[in-house]
Amino acid sequence: MPAKTWKEWEGPVLELQDGIAKLRQMAAKEADSAKRKALESKIAEYEARLAKYIDTQYSQLGPWEKVLVARAEPRPYTLDFIQAICSEFIELEGDRRYGNDPAIVGGPAVFRGRPIVILGHQKGRNIQQRQYRNFGMAKPEGYRKAIRLMQMADRFGLPVVALLDTPAADPGVDSESRGISEAIADSILTMLGLRVPTVAAVIGEGGSGGAIGIGVGNHVLMLEHAVYSVIPPEGCAAILWRQPERGDEAAAALRLTAQSAMELGLIDRIVPEPKGGAHRAPDVAALSLGDELERSLKELSGLTPEELREQRYRKYRSMGVFGTAG
Amino acid sequence: MAEFIKCSGCGRVLFHTELMQSWKVCGHCGWHHRLSARERIEATFDPGTFEELDADLVSVDPLGFPEYREKLAAAEQKTGLRDAIVSGMARLDGLPVSVAVSDFAFMGGSMGSVAGEKIVRSLERAAERRCAAIQFCASGGARMQEGMLSLMQLPKTNAGVQRCRDAGVPYIAVFTDPTMAGVLASYASVADVILAEPRAMVGFAGARVSKQAGVGKVPDDFQMAEFAHKHGFIDRIVARGELRDVLAALVRILGARCYAG
Ligand SMILES: [Zn+2]
Repeated sequence: MPAKTWKEWEGPVLELQDGIAKLRQMAAKEADSAKRKALESKIAEYEARLAKYIDTQYSQLGPWEKVLVARAEPRPYTLDFIQAICSEFIELEGDRRYGNDPAIVGGPAVFRGRPIVILGHQKGRNIQQRQYRNFGMAKPEGYRKAIRLMQMADRFGLPVVALLDTPAADPGVDSESRGISEAIADSILTMLGLRVPTVAAVIGEGGSGGAIGIGVGNHVLMLEHAVYSVIPPEGCAAILWRQPERGDEAAAALRLTAQSAMELGLIDRIVPEPKGGAHRAPDVAALSLGDELERSLKELSGLTPEELREQRYRKYRSMGVFGTAG
Repeated sequence: MAEFIKCSGCGRVLFHTELMQSWKVCGHCGWHHRLSARERIEATFDPGTFEELDADLVSVDPLGFPEYREKLAAAEQKTGLRDAIVSGMARLDGLPVSVAVSDFAFMGGSMGSVAGEKIVRSLERAAERRCAAIQFCASGGARMQEGMLSLMQLPKTNAGVQRCRDAGVPYIAVFTDPTMAGVLASYASVADVILAEPRAMVGFAGARVSKQAGVGKVPDDFQMAEFAHKHGFIDRIVARGELRDVLAALVRILGARCYAG
């Protein structure tokens, strides 16, 4: 049976990490120098074992393991990345229509000296935060907030950076009644039409329409272990085999990894993650994402507003694989 | 074709020939049964004016997805179509229109690379030839078997809508049963005018998804055209018998500038 959660999958690593932390505490308290030396060598041994374990574990991540890692709770979320890569960020919360959706955050920011507008899906870590953020599942208000922020960026000639990390858009009755589909469709259309550079980056879970709703970019990046899918693998397995527990097989079939997206020509670059995943060294991951975003913004800064729009049009216009009969 | 059909609305047994006279609307209860793409074209546009285009596009299996090839072959066998969209040029009260019609019988009208390409081409054609675009939607959403490629048909088809807007040509969408998920969350919902047939299913998340996400009690008309209409996301609900005339008037009025030039 494949692991169902990141915690389950990384269990041995987490135990080893816990063990090392305990040994460290013991070593710090140990007065006897010989005993302390022995503890320290034990720590070194375990650390080597841990490094090796992470090395092997992460060098052969399959699609399903990537799904688990992309969903891992300690993985940096949008606000973590914004805090790490932007020197200033003023969050603006209104959609000017109905309400504030905490599942999408955004606002003007300064990124490596450049004024931009940055936005993204936001998940929560503990139970209260998860509920407050609706598990990162945005409602129509979230997409309409994104639309107004992007239109504002367009008015002031500011590049737009969008960070994608959502299991899906909110499927509830209130979202349906306030037009979740229209909100997503309109957000996509708005992004296509912007006259400023747009860069989208999948930082964790790129969940279907909910993700692409803010995912249209002149450049699209994906973190090394992020996933992007038209349907959650469990849902796909439920439809295919009526067995949601076969999510691992569905994940493989859906080709939802950054590496597959690259092969299919759907993204521009893969953002490398630190050894053991972005959650092991969030600062390193942020630096890596920052570098790639900066590179994209530099490359796009030479294009005129019309060229930016045309580049985006051609990019999405060409996506798809088909044949001709006869 | 079977000689008798049991009405999905009232359960009465209807003669097929009789039902076809009203384009599959039950004479007793008014239930709108699904039309095939070909039937829809015949029911809507000036007789003999439809010229099919892009009929040579075929789906491949870009991901090597389980059972996809078999499903495509079965759908082709069942419908006589190469994929879920039939598109081309037609006339409505003499005015040229660029049309694309989805056929639910072909893998639930799902939108993969071929459907996306045909839809965007038909929208671009309207922009280039300066005529109205009409899209008849009937789809469960994006085609799972093409993975991320299907998801990218959302922005791709919207790119076609952008072209229509830039060119100033009207684009009208008609939601027929069902218009769901990835199709509703892309080109369908950003038309200049949105019409729907009575009691068509219209919604974002399928029942299975909603259930898995723990969505509890739902209103009786949830995910029906009437629900979306009540909330302002559909402009008019139009019975099939009146659809042609409503479309023709919209095309003539909104397209006045394109057709004058
Ligand atoms: Zn009936």
